[in-house]
Amino acid sequence: MTLQTDVGRPAGTDPRRSPRQPTRRHKPPRVWSNRFDMKASPYFYVAPFFVLFGIFGAFPLVYTAWVSLHDWDLIAEEHPFVGLDNYSRLLQDTDFWNSVVNTMGIFVLATIPQLLLALWLANTLNRQMRARTFFRMSALVPNITSTAAVAIIFGQIFSTDFGLANWLLGFTGLDNINWHAERIPGWIAVSTMVNWRWIGYNALIFLAAMQAIPRDLYESAAIDGANRNRQFWSITIPMLKPTLIFCLIVSTIGNLQLFTEPLLFSAGADSIRGGSERQVQTVAMYMYENAFAPYYNFGYGSAVAWLLFLLIVIIAVANALITRRISGEGKR
Amino acid sequence: MATGTFTNAPPPNAALKPVRAKARKPRESAAALWQASPMTYVALVVAALLSLFPIYYMFVVGTRSNDSLGQIPPPVTPGGNFFDNVERLFANPDAMFLVGLGNSFIVSTAVTVSVVFFSSLAGFAFAKLRFRGSNAMLLIIIGTMMVPTQLGIIPLYMIMASETLSWDGQLQAVIVPALVTGFGVFMMRQYASQAVSNELIEAARIDGCSTFRIFWHVVLPALRPAAAVLGLLTFMTTWNDFIWPLAVLGNGDNPTVQLSLSNLSNGYYSDMSQVFTGTAIACLPLLIVFIVFGKQIIGGIMQGAVKG
Repeated sequence: MTLQTDVGRPAGTDPRRSPRQPTRRHKPPRVWSNRFDMKASPYFYVAPFFVLFGIFGAFPLVYTAWVSLHDWDLIAEEHPFVGLDNYSRLLQDTDFWNSVVNTMGIFVLATIPQLLLALWLANTLNRQMRARTFFRMSALVPNITSTAAVAIIFGQIFSTDFGLANWLLGFTGLDNINWHAERIPGWIAVSTMVNWRWIGYNALIFLAAMQAIPRDLYESAAIDGANRNRQFWSITIPMLKPTLIFCLIVSTIGNLQLFTEPLLFSAGADSIRGGSERQVQTVAMYMYENAFAPYYNFGYGSAVAWLLFLLIVIIAVANALITRRISGEGKR
Repeated sequence: MATGTFTNAPPPNAALKPVRAKARKPRESAAALWQASPMTYVALVVAALLSLFPIYYMFVVGTRSNDSLGQIPPPVTPGGNFFDNVERLFANPDAMFLVGLGNSFIVSTAVTVSVVFFSSLAGFAFAKLRFRGSNAMLLIIIGTMMVPTQLGIIPLYMIMASETLSWDGQLQAVIVPALVTGFGVFMMRQYASQAVSNELIEAARIDGCSTFRIFWHVVLPALRPAAAVLGLLTFMTTWNDFIWPLAVLGNGDNPTVQLSLSNLSNGYYSDMSQVFTGTAIACLPLLIVFIVFGKQIIGGIMQGAVKG
């Protein structure tokens, strides 16, 4: 996440001034338009992003906070200000806490194995080998399938009676697991699809970072008698720290907002509840359930959205701090 | 660059090599240090199988009849029912699959063209033009990549459903908010700062080109490789979008293909082969794009990672 904002702005852009100076005296109108072009163009070029993000990204997010302070129903004529009412109701709402527990459970099962396996895969891919492109492409291919399709496929693989997962479990002599009806098996199934989809993507990012590590570090370590394992923990991991933190934050933000996977995993009438007992309902699903079909209670849904936002910020910051500490140790 | 140590397990290998490597040139020894062992291949083949199997399985079930799902052991080879399934799928009134496919093409294409254009324009400005506040603005843009905008969908829906717009249920509600992304701007900026030479821009400037003409004739052609990768990534992301289309298009008669799939799997009939045919068709365009351009996409992701 290094930000070298000055790289692209070398002194080379300066000499543009010199051709302008002589013309200034002879052809004033052209120069004026030229100067306006030089001064204003950049702002016009970057404006579309700021305008769009302002209207459709930042404003809605902030406005969510305002809506959350109201009793705001889709159909109701009026939406009175109720202060923190929605929040105090929410904090006593067992369904909300259920969704928080589910989100955290799936988050842990999806994020930690995901990044560890990605690290392993990247380290494995970081060799001289045949069919390099094939292996890299097959690592990335889960990421380009659609989330909805993945959720449907895995929903079938984890089906109780005729699913592949239970069929394979049968060989180990274990009983069939009811993935769809029980909470923890449900978490495992949902995080399996998330992991399947994102391990390869993260691995490629780690791989890119690994390839940027100077090789002589490894050579001198090897001469000093450090084996592969030792090299990995003492060189690769510390050098990967910025990338690790970046990927951790990105997957934290993503995995705490899971929606499509658990929704389609629990296909059927109770889909938005994550099953009849709300086994895999995440906070994002609970927000949707309240704000859109079936309740259309914008105020309450907005309060859910803001608490989720808070949760994301807390966990992302905590994760970044923990990673910084853990991967920093190898250096000293 | 065979080292002849393929029979050894990896750890002793690694310990042995530097001794031999010392005599060689540094570059060669580095390569020897990183040679893949047979175990590496085994591990990678297993990983590749795990990656590919669910996709393959999707085609297996999608080409079979529905009762094949009840078979033990489960089928693992494609069957001959594909066209039969497609026929039922296209005729299914709940899914409106063809409408969904068409809509997804429209939305993804529009968003892709726009994201590539506006991101290149802004990326060029950040990389090559001097203006007050550019560093701060770039930082803001990078910051926006971490903002969970999904949490703003309630007011976003209110905007779209408002009487002035009344865009709910219509495709522009899905298209317009996605027309330019922070990720795109940042990616094009990173690429533009090294791919476009300042001399070229100056020369065009001296010849009297306006800034926009410089962008169009000098910069954009140079940005083509990155623009292609950004376009592919954007197309994929847009094609797969779910929560916002669900909120604003809902279960109306104007779905994207992902909503078609969701309606299909939520149906009370349990015709899984039809559903799987749907997922296969919904994934197919992306899979084809990936098979053709996979190398570039991987290159793009990895390049972005190092510089990002």
